[in-house]
Amino acid sequence: MSEEIIILSVFRGDADGGQEQEYRVPLETGMVVLDALHYVQTEYAPDLAVRWNCKAAHCGSCSAEINGMPKLLCKTRLDDYVGQVIHVRPMHAFPLIKDLVTDVSWNYRVAKQIPAFQPSTPAPFVMYQRDVDRIQEFHQCIECFLCQDTCHVLREHEGQERYFGPRMMAKIAEWDMHPMDTKDRTAFLKDVAGIPMCNVTRCCVEVCPEHIVITDNAIIPLKERVADVYWDPIQALFRRFRRPAKTPVPTEPSSAEG
Amino acid sequence: MPSYLADQVNVESIEQHKYDIIIVGAGGAGLRAAIAASEGEQQTVAVVTKSLLGKAHTVMAEGGVAASLANVDSDDSWDTHFYDTMKSGHFINDYRVAEVFAKEVPDRVLELETWGAVFDRTPAGKIMQRPFGAHSFRRLAHIGDRTGKELIRTLQYKAIHQAVDVYQEVTSTALLVDGQGQIAGVFGYYREDGRFVLFRAKAVVLATGGWGKAYKVTSNSWESTGDGAAMAFRVGAELMDMEMVQFHPTGMVWPPGVRGLLVTEGVRGEGGLLYNSQHERFMLRYDPVLQELSSRDVVARSIYKENQAGRGTPHGGAWLDISYKPAEYVKAKLPGMYEQFRTLADVDITREPFEVAPTTHYTMGGLRVQADTCATNVPGLFAAGEVACGLHGANRLGGNSLGDILVFGRRAGMGAREYAAQAEWKQIDPATLEREAARVLAPLTREEGEQPYRLQVELQETMTTYAGMVRSQESLQTGLARLQELEERAARMAVKGGTRAYNPGWHTVFDVQSMLLLGMVIIRGALARQESRGAHWRLDFPEELPEVGAVNFVQRLSGDQIVIEPTPVPKMPAELARLFEHDRAPGVRRRAERNGEGRADR
Repeated sequence: MSEEIIILSVFRGDADGGQEQEYRVPLETGMVVLDALHYVQTEYAPDLAVRWNCKAAHCGSCSAEINGMPKLLCKTRLDDYVGQVIHVRPMHAFPLIKDLVTDVSWNYRVAKQIPAFQPSTPAPFVMYQRDVDRIQEFHQCIECFLCQDTCHVLREHEGQERYFGPRMMAKIAEWDMHPMDTKDRTAFLKDVAGIPMCNVTRCCVEVCPEHIVITDNAIIPLKERVADVYWDPIQALFRRFRRPAKTPVPTEPSSAEG
Repeated sequence: MPSYLADQVNVESIEQHKYDIIIVGAGGAGLRAAIAASEGEQQTVAVVTKSLLGKAHTVMAEGGVAASLANVDSDDSWDTHFYDTMKSGHFINDYRVAEVFAKEVPDRVLELETWGAVFDRTPAGKIMQRPFGAHSFRRLAHIGDRTGKELIRTLQYKAIHQAVDVYQEVTSTALLVDGQGQIAGVFGYYREDGRFVLFRAKAVVLATGGWGKAYKVTSNSWESTGDGAAMAFRVGAELMDMEMVQFHPTGMVWPPGVRGLLVTEGVRGEGGLLYNSQHERFMLRYDPVLQELSSRDVVARSIYKENQAGRGTPHGGAWLDISYKPAEYVKAKLPGMYEQFRTLADVDITREPFEVAPTTHYTMGGLRVQADTCATNVPGLFAAGEVACGLHGANRLGGNSLGDILVFGRRAGMGAREYAAQAEWKQIDPATLEREAARVLAPLTREEGEQPYRLQVELQETMTTYAGMVRSQESLQTGLARLQELEERAARMAVKGGTRAYNPGWHTVFDVQSMLLLGMVIIRGALARQESRGAHWRLDFPEELPEVGAVNFVQRLSGDQIVIEPTPVPKMPAELARLFEHDRAPGVRRRAERNGEGRADR
C-alpha cells in the first residue's frame, strides 16, 4: 500500500475558546474519520477528547461536523475527501465540553418529559406487520442527535426552551402512532414540545444516518393532529358529535406501569 | 504532586451521594435492574454509567432475543430452551440459572412489548421468531437485525420515566467495602472534568458487561473492558469459567478498520450459506445436521480449520452468501448488515458473497452468582448480564444474552432491593478513599512513563495471539509471561501533559488495568482446564474429558495471590436430568411422537 497522507484539521479547545490543529495521518484502505482520530490520539495527542462506543454506526456516540456537515465519525470514509483537508469540529448546537465532545444532556432532560407509551392492555398484542411498519422506522433512531444539531430552531435560534427538536418528535410519533397507545399528547405537542416551531425545511432528514424521514413521516402527521384539534373549525364541529379516537386519560392505569 | 491534584485527594472535598441501591452500568442488565429496584416500596436508586445513556454494548446485539414464546413453532417450551442452553453450554452451566432463565424469558419479552418495543410480526399478528444456531425451534424475537437497540431504547425510556437517577459519563474505579468486607459504596470520577464522586450505597448491582475488548479482533465496543469484574475481584468476589471466551464465527474481515465487527448470526438464520475458496459448503462436512446453524464454537472452529487446510478466502476467512434470496427480503430482514457492508466495505450483500472470519464476541465466565438473587459472595454485591456467570457454560447460544440481561437484570434489581431493605449503612474508611484518589491521579502526575494506548494494543495482541480461539500449554504460558511483563510496565502508565478534563488517555489507564487483571485470570483458567470444551479449544487436549467437565474453575484473590479452585458443577435434580435421557430435545421429541414419526425433522 502506498504511504498516502491525509491532513486532518481537528478543533482543539473548550468553552473558553480554541482552534483547529492539523495532524498528518497515513491512509489505510477503508479508513473512517474515527480511525484517523484514534491514530492522532495514539501518536500525537492522547488527551484529544472524542466520544465513541461501537464504531459500527449502532450507538450514535461519535457525532461531529465534518467539513461543515453533521456526520458520524465512524461512518464517514476518508476516501470521500480525496485531495481535501478534512476539518473536524464538534456539534454546534450543544455547549462545548472539550475538543469534539459536547454537552448533550439537554436531550435527556426533555426526553424525560414526554408522556410515555400507554397501552390499552398489557402484551401480547395482536398487531400486523403492515400496521407497525411505519413506527418501526422511528425505532431505527440511534440518538446521535445530528438532527438536533442541524435543526435551525436549536442551532441558530437557541430554541431549546421552545422546541424539543426532530429526535423527540420522532420519539413522540413512535408512541403516538403505536396501534395500542391510548395517551393523548396533542396538548403536550403544541404547548410543551413546541411542534409549531418546526417549519419543515427537512434539514434533519438530510443528516439522519439511519435515513429516517423525520419531517414527512413523524413531524407533519403530528402537526396535522395538532392542527385538527386546535385550528380546524370543521373538525371542532364534528368532535361535538363523536367520541375522540383517544381518551385523554385512561380509566385504569395499565398494570405494567410502575 | 502538583497542587491542583493534591487538593482533590482531600476526601472531605469529594462530592458525595447516598442511595439505597447503586447500579453500575446502563446496558440492558443495568437498566432492567434499575426498573426492578425502583418498583415497590420506595428505595432510592441511581444508575452510574461511563457512557451516555443508551450507548452501551447492548445496542450492538443484532439477531434477537431467544424466548420460547412458541409463536411460530408451537412445540417450543421452556424445557426445550433449557435443554438447548445446557447442551450447547456443554453441561458446565449452573442448571438453576438456566432453568430460571428458560422459564422467565418469555414474560420478560412480552413485558418489553407492553413498554413499547415493537418486534417484527407473524402473519397472525404475533411476535415473529427466527431460527438461530443450535436452537431446536425458531425462537428469536427480533426487529430486523437491530434487536439490541430496541431492548436498550425501550428499557432506557422506561427507566427515565421511573424514580431512577442517572449519572452519565462517570467512570467507576473502585468498589468500597467496610472492615467486614461488606459493600459500602462506589468510587469514581466524572469524565467531563475528572472530579471525584463517591456513592454511598447499601447494595450495589454490577451490570458492567464483558471484557471482549481485551482481544485485538473483537466485535465489542470500547466499553467492554471488564471494569466491574475487575473491581469486584479486587474486593474478594469470585470469578468462574473465565477461560470461556466466545469467538463468533462471523466477523467482518476487510477493510482493516472494521476487522472483527459483527456480522449477525441472523444472516445464517435467514438462510445465509458458508463457502470455502473452492465454493464448497464446508459446514455440511463438520455438522451435517445443523449445518450453517450449528453452535458458534463449532462454526468458528470449522472456518479456522478450512483456513489451516488452505481453503480460506483472500483475507483468511470464509464466504458468506445470502445473495440468492430476493434483495428486498434481505434489506427488510437485515437492514443493518446491508448498510454496514455498503458504507464500510463497498459490498452489496444482496448481490455478492462477503468475507467473514471469527471474532471475539462474548465472555461466558464472570462473577459467580446465586441464580435466584444474583448475589455474589461479597455481601451487598449483585451482578447480572455478561459480567455474571453460570447461564452459558462453555458456549453461549445466540439470542440467550439478550434474554439473560432481562431475566437476571430484573432478579438482581429485586435481590438488591430485598437486601437493602434490611441492611445498614456501612462505614467507609477515609484512608481507603485517600489511597484510591491518589492511585487514580498517579498517571497524571508522572512526567515520563508508558503510553496507555500502546499498552492496550500490546495487551490485545497478546490475548488474541496466545489465548485466542486456539490454545495450548505453550501458547498460554507465553501469553501469561507477556502479561506479567505488561503488568510491570502498566504500573508506570503516564498521561503526559494532560489535565483531568475529558481526557481519553487517562480513561484508558483504567481500562488497561481491568483488562490486564482479567487477561491473567482468563489464562490461568485456560491453563487449568486441560481439555477442549465448547469455546475452549486446547490443541494439546483435543477431547472433552468427563472428569474435567465435572468442575468449574473458581478464582479469587487471597492477599495478592490469585488462587484457583476446581469446584463441582452443581448436579441437576432428577426432574431436569430426565430431559437429557433421550438424544433429542423435549419439544422435538413431542412433535415427532405427535406426528407418529421415529425421527426429528430438524
